[in-house]
Amino acid sequence: MTYPTVIRGRAWKFGANIDTDQIIPAKYAIYSLDEKELGKHAMEGVPGREGWSAGVTPGDILIGGSNFGCGSSREIAPVAIRGAGISLVIADSYARIFFRNAINMGYPILQSPQAAEAVEEGDELEVDLEAGIVRNFTKGDEYRSEAFPTFMNELLHMGGLVPWVRKRLEERRLATARG
Amino acid sequence: MGMTMTEKILARGARRESVRPGDLVLAKVDFAMGHDLTIPPAGKIMREQMGAEKIWDPERVAVTQDHFQPAKDAASATLGRLTREFSRDMGIKWYFEVGQGGICHTVLPENGLVLPGELVVGADSHSCTYGALNNFATGIGSTDLACVFALGELWFRVPETLKFVYHNRLKEWVEAKDLILYVIGQIGVDGARSKAMEHTGEALRHIDMEARLTMTNMAIEAGAKNGIMEFDEVTRGYLDGRAKRTYTPVTSDPDAEYEKVFEFDAEKVELGVARPMSPDNYSPLSEVAGTRLDQVFIGSCTNSRITDLRRAAAVLDGHKVAPGVRLIITPSSHQVAIQAEKEGLIGIFLASGAAWTTATCGACLGGHMGVLGEGEVCLSTTNRNFPGRMGHPKALVYLSNPAVAAASAVTGVITHPREVLKKMPAGIA
Repeated sequence: MTYPTVIRGRAWKFGANIDTDQIIPAKYAIYSLDEKELGKHAMEGVPGREGWSAGVTPGDILIGGSNFGCGSSREIAPVAIRGAGISLVIADSYARIFFRNAINMGYPILQSPQAAEAVEEGDELEVDLEAGIVRNFTKGDEYRSEAFPTFMNELLHMGGLVPWVRKRLEERRLATARG
Repeated sequence: MGMTMTEKILARGARRESVRPGDLVLAKVDFAMGHDLTIPPAGKIMREQMGAEKIWDPERVAVTQDHFQPAKDAASATLGRLTREFSRDMGIKWYFEVGQGGICHTVLPENGLVLPGELVVGADSHSCTYGALNNFATGIGSTDLACVFALGELWFRVPETLKFVYHNRLKEWVEAKDLILYVIGQIGVDGARSKAMEHTGEALRHIDMEARLTMTNMAIEAGAKNGIMEFDEVTRGYLDGRAKRTYTPVTSDPDAEYEKVFEFDAEKVELGVARPMSPDNYSPLSEVAGTRLDQVFIGSCTNSRITDLRRAAAVLDGHKVAPGVRLIITPSSHQVAIQAEKEGLIGIFLASGAAWTTATCGACLGGHMGVLGEGEVCLSTTNRNFPGRMGHPKALVYLSNPAVAAASAVTGVITHPREVLKKMPAGIA
């Protein structure tokens, strides 16, 4: 999987402290290995958002408030959002396990308090992931996102923790073979 | 410059002299845990995607069948089977079958598997629980766990540490649960986001290990990476006869740097609850007393160890659950259930009209055996009451300690335990 450089999509806006039980209620954890099925139920625990994922056009962008993804460690939270067709999550801030899980999956996320506050539902956005800039075509605005540490950017660009581990395992095998 | 306990453990794991908050380190893991919801994806990622054939050290891994087990439906049975097969294929030493383990965060401490000075990870957010035993313990995802399985190490951002000092002692009836609910109410559900919560002070010297585990268990409800406590005689006493490895306790240096220090007078903390729909929605019990209930749940990794059940039984003894209310009691481990049986607690629960279940996470995460319907109101000894946590998004969940839960089951409304029991017997309080 190559990491995208520019993403365009329509915004879906959510509030603060959206927890993992709202992102994907625990009862759907039985579909842990089925991203498409999880995607059908993404965000349905948020009051007023029942059936939300049916309205998502692949490529749309999800905007969250502060502490997005708090609660459980379930990796199916970012998996469900990706499964619903969301190309990128932008939030004011992230709960740490959701943040780790997204980076480990190589799934694009941005932290931008400016965008999280200003963007409204339905706004047309274009995001330059390299420059960390969010352009709002609907409002004619532009927002900056916060830079991640180098290692996290590396993980995102190489497709997450899986290729990183493969590389290290290979290095270890070579080292053992050399004795 | 000195280091905090958390920094010292991460520095040792990273094989470095010292680390500072904000550093990204690759650290060696001492112990790892997964369960029936997180092992299947972790195993698949490890074997099929990462190409690893075996686990770095099968003696340093525990696996529990606790979330949707005994299987609540056919799909859960598949997750249970995948978990069982992976554990067998990898030769995992600490595999706990249904009926022999229970909830991971009770099982690991009671079996002496998570020890002072260690770096522990668990594919479950409440893995921060173990920090009461003077270690660094944090929740991770399934890809993280696959990485640990394959390599025995994982990346961490060294957290800033917040220090919480508790002066004086808790008052009669007030438990560790009330204290931590109060603290989360003060700082908010993101008040310690990605940071370490280091708990210290006189109040902690007077509470037992199970009460301490209740406090570190809820670090994640303030968004923390980990919760950690000092090593003392209580820690040593708890680990004597349990610890499966030798261990080296860790202390914070006198000149360690804290991002912020919070001081609380434990004596001033009131019996309280978290109101719906957030764990930081703290309220003194007096303000919600009389709230009508449909269900009371005593269970979970937060508050269903043997000391919790003793207090609940002391309150329920000789009383009946109020008409129109159901009380569900789920011990947090099989060992806890065996002990409860020996002490006659189960008889008290059954005589009161409570439903007594096998050890499982069950109702806490809206899994099974106590899922709430639309509009229902529940008082629960669990850790989290976000919308939909225990079932329907419009169910209302209040969080409390086990004595309050037991008393409220007797009256049918949120109630102070002294209205049912004059005084908590000595040795139980």
